[in-house]
Amino acid sequence: MSEFPEYLSFKFGIYVADIVNWLIDNFESFFDAVRDLILWFLLKVDFALHWIPWWIIIVGVFLLGWRIKKLPSGITYALMLFIVGLFGLWDQMISTLSLVLTSVVISLIIGIPIGILMAYSNRLESFMKPLLDGMQTMPSFVYLIPAVIFFSLGTVPAIFATTIYSVPPVIRLTNLAIRNVDKEMLEAAHSFGSSPWQILTKVEIPQAMPTIMTGVNQTTMMAMAMVVIASMVGAKGLGSEVLIAINRIDIARGFEAGLSIVFVAIIIDRITQGIADRFRIPE
Amino acid sequence: MTERIKVENLYKIFGKNPKSVLKKLKQGMTKDEILQKTGHAVGVNNVSFNVHEGEIFVIMGLSGSGKSTLIRCLNLLHKPTAGNIFVDGDNIVTYDKQQLRKFRQEKIAMVFQHFGLFSHRTVLENVEYGLEIKNVPREERRKIAKQTLATVGLESWGDNMPHQLSGGMQQRVGLARALANDPDILLMDEPFSALDPLIRREMQLELLDIQSKLKKIIIFITHDVNEAFKIGDRVAVMKDGKIVQVGTPEEILTNPTNEYIKDFIKDIDRSKILQAKHVMIKPLALASLKNGPKVAMKEMEENGISSLFVVDKDRKLQGIITIDDTVKAIKENKPLKDIMKQDYSTTSPETYVQDLIPKASEAKYPIAVVDDTNKLLGVVVRVSVLSGLI
Repeated sequence: MSEFPEYLSFKFGIYVADIVNWLIDNFESFFDAVRDLILWFLLKVDFALHWIPWWIIIVGVFLLGWRIKKLPSGITYALMLFIVGLFGLWDQMISTLSLVLTSVVISLIIGIPIGILMAYSNRLESFMKPLLDGMQTMPSFVYLIPAVIFFSLGTVPAIFATTIYSVPPVIRLTNLAIRNVDKEMLEAAHSFGSSPWQILTKVEIPQAMPTIMTGVNQTTMMAMAMVVIASMVGAKGLGSEVLIAINRIDIARGFEAGLSIVFVAIIIDRITQGIADRFRIPE
Repeated sequence: MTERIKVENLYKIFGKNPKSVLKKLKQGMTKDEILQKTGHAVGVNNVSFNVHEGEIFVIMGLSGSGKSTLIRCLNLLHKPTAGNIFVDGDNIVTYDKQQLRKFRQEKIAMVFQHFGLFSHRTVLENVEYGLEIKNVPREERRKIAKQTLATVGLESWGDNMPHQLSGGMQQRVGLARALANDPDILLMDEPFSALDPLIRREMQLELLDIQSKLKKIIIFITHDVNEAFKIGDRVAVMKDGKIVQVGTPEEILTNPTNEYIKDFIKDIDRSKILQAKHVMIKPLALASLKNGPKVAMKEMEENGISSLFVVDKDRKLQGIITIDDTVKAIKENKPLKDIMKQDYSTTSPETYVQDLIPKASEAKYPIAVVDDTNKLLGVVVRVSVLSGLI
């Protein structure tokens, strides 16, 4: 058996750790501010969602499903939510939803502008692409560690990790969509003396919207997939139910929580996809 | 005629270092050599021309001849590598961003080959676009857009999306969008080549119709010779980034300056371009009312012809005499007036040769070309109409 020589070693991780430590030492107040901001937003969302009576949410999902898809879809989605309630997991589901919603909003606020800048700059694109690959393939536990160090335990590091994991699709698809806007259409816009801002807002973004919405759908699904992992740093919700079930080897509890996650994921996926389809421009 | 646009020694080279390639081009390297050695593409190579007030100036060439690049230099969608473009005396090449936007907003508009319509906007919103960019208030721009849409015959389609319209209608929207800004100059980049032949012909006529009312400066790109000669007041023929000939359709057709242009116009149907005045000949001989049959006979003999048009002292056409009748008239001593016939055809000098074909195939005599006062200007011999005029 051949072994890699021991004297050839390079401990890269130490430097990353050093950087993280240096950041904490020097930017503590910055991270505190970010933490407070995220927490403030999350609490507002969480409060609003908890404030809405459960049956209104079910009726709302039914109407959305009916309007966007078909009547049977609406009924199915409403039924799925009702079952989650029957499992006794309504409260946890709402917590999960607010976590997902907050992460998605942050992802979009960060992701869409970065995607647009990438479309305008080839240099930024070639810099961002490997970074985005890294964000998606790096096991999420790895950036949970610094997230906890930056923001301590709880929901905020969970949102941070979820955002990092779920932001790549919306960046990628925004970049792609803006780059693919029809060349003649852009020439037409330029030929009328449009300013760069007018080109962006009146032509590029409306044209890119269907693809960006597909990105929003994917980002939401990625965020949903992160909730179980995020629960490991103390985020409450359906994920923490699964985690508790694993620890106690409680098959029943685990299955109910797992099924609830699947239901919520399906509903979110279908509804955001339906909205994305609405944006599609017939050619 | 006032000169409105003047293009001087224009070059456009695509690639990483166009300025260095420009030197080589000026030293005499060809377009192909440059592409091979430096990887730069020469789009426009030392082009100069001017366009007058109210003129339709057609730039014609095969694909890759640089005509689309040239037209994009005129509104600086492509920044020229070298050269000047004067519009009303202003060199637009030196414009900064602000001046350029103002120029595009107010003076010039463009119509595209594949229409370039905004698929996310309704037809009316498309037509409004140029006005919206200029921050014209909503109500006012709505009104102008509706009026413009009416001039292209689509007033009832404003609320539709572009994809719901046929190709011809979409291009009308493209035209309306360009006209809504009321530009002085209209650039049209192969606007009708994506349309089927029937619609294309209809659009050509409609463009001429609109032009007769609006009197814009139109710069029109096409690869279709028939289209160029039908629409253009003047035509520039482009090859390998250069203009090889500029002139009116008649000038180019009757006097092509080189083999390339001869080749180009080989397949054109000349009968659609040439008019009676271009193919008529001076009558070899005429009889005058005051002459007797003997003089007329002599004229016919000397010129070897068997019929003769008779005119009065103002060259007004009176009739035609044949050699048989003249022989009889000499025997019976009759005046020319008595043997004159009226069964000949006349035409105006502006009639297209195409339209003379039926007359020519029936006529016994040459066709007389007369002006509105019936003055004889010339004759069109049947053979020149029927033989395809070559």
